[in-house]
Amino acid sequence: MCFLALLVSGAEIVVSHPRFYWGETGNIHTPTLFKLPIPASRNLVPTGYGYVLPDQNGWSRYLHFQSAWVVVLTGVLYAIYGLITGHFRTNVFPRAYDLSWRTFSTAIAKNLRFERPSEAEAWSYNALQRLTYLFVIFGLFPLVIWTGLAMSPAFVSAVPMAVTSLGGQQSARTIHFFVSLALMSFLLIHVVMVFRAGFWSRMRAMITGTPSERT
Amino acid sequence: MTDPTRRKLITTGIAAMAGVTGLSAAARIAQRHGLIPPDHGGIYGLGETLNYASQRLLTRHSLAREFSKDQISKIPVANEIAPPTEAFKRLQAGGFADWQLSVSGLVARPASFSLAQLKRYPSRSQITQIACEEGWSYIAEWIGVPLSHVLEIVGVQPQAKYVVYTSIDPNWWDSIDMADALHPQTFLAHGMNGGEIPVGNGGPLRMRVPRQLGYKSVKFITTLTLTDSLKSFGKGLGSASPEGGYAWYAGI
Repeated sequence: MCFLALLVSGAEIVVSHPRFYWGETGNIHTPTLFKLPIPASRNLVPTGYGYVLPDQNGWSRYLHFQSAWVVVLTGVLYAIYGLITGHFRTNVFPRAYDLSWRTFSTAIAKNLRFERPSEAEAWSYNALQRLTYLFVIFGLFPLVIWTGLAMSPAFVSAVPMAVTSLGGQQSARTIHFFVSLALMSFLLIHVVMVFRAGFWSRMRAMITGTPSERT
Repeated sequence: MTDPTRRKLITTGIAAMAGVTGLSAAARIAQRHGLIPPDHGGIYGLGETLNYASQRLLTRHSLAREFSKDQISKIPVANEIAPPTEAFKRLQAGGFADWQLSVSGLVARPASFSLAQLKRYPSRSQITQIACEEGWSYIAEWIGVPLSHVLEIVGVQPQAKYVVYTSIDPNWWDSIDMADALHPQTFLAHGMNGGEIPVGNGGPLRMRVPRQLGYKSVKFITTLTLTDSLKSFGKGLGSASPEGGYAWYAGI
């Protein structure tokens, strides 16, 4: 829910200035890294479209930061839980044999053949899943929070390194955009996979914590 | 008798009560230390309060990043401005010689300053970034008198908590807390990039609050009011921004 709120409100904020830059500054007088081919919600942005979309930034910004707090606080709880119970160690970090080329290629091949996981496989994550989750939990999530904070003039006044290490405030904004796209793709693929594995049994499993006997 | 559901209900109840008591205690402490923003009501109040409180604790004295002269943007963006009023046009025709900044409220010596007077005070300059909530930004050199200097002249009373500042367009006003008001980089800016501030960038007098987004740096400043409560200003949300749907605190 919060993630969707972040996506929608984030998209609304992008619409007010659908131009991206690299470095410290960027505005209508400077060259862009790329532009999104969409109309803007502000009349000063030259988009080539003859009209201006309604401004949705006020509530979008309020909602974006509020959802970010919920996601971050939940994430912190999850991280603490994961470390204490060893969930990361046993379920997310790749097992030794996961890293062998053989298991890895089998996992890829099974995915390409759209094979549904067997009863035994449904209990635990395979090599591909483990690496993806690892990348999302310890790569994309921290990066999206970091680049978000790097855009805050107040936060970087206390921690300048947060933005200088990224090459500037506009670079942070551009990276934030791409990481959000990556997270969105992850969520989409994740949901599609869940559907393929059998939506109701997976949903039951996610909520109750154990895979059901029937598939 | 051990009834697992009842026991669960009781423990949950106790936990919930402890949570609520803890929250209200936290709220009282936060209120005492000035960590609750004026727009804390409504569905987004929690997020706003967390933003403001955490950043106020983290950034009470930190300085906004400054840049070198060669990083100054070639064209400072003159963003949409409220159409200058008739009063503004009259003052502009006179070269802003009659521009006045009046300071009132919780001060020992209410006063009015002309631009010439403000320019006579020791001026400071900063090369800082101004970032718009829309996503664009530019870097410029701002020259002006630190707000703290003017506040020292009028003598701020100890109970003052906010400075409310108004543009020549009375619908455009904002406020900052004393941490920002007394911050060394908060300027009453009258110069930019070595010259006067162009009207499009807020000339002749612009509030410059570099640790917050551009919309807190209100253009065409004419009044300052020191106050201990924002309730009686507009709808009581601290500035015109929350009335238009935007957050009062914009350090993001």
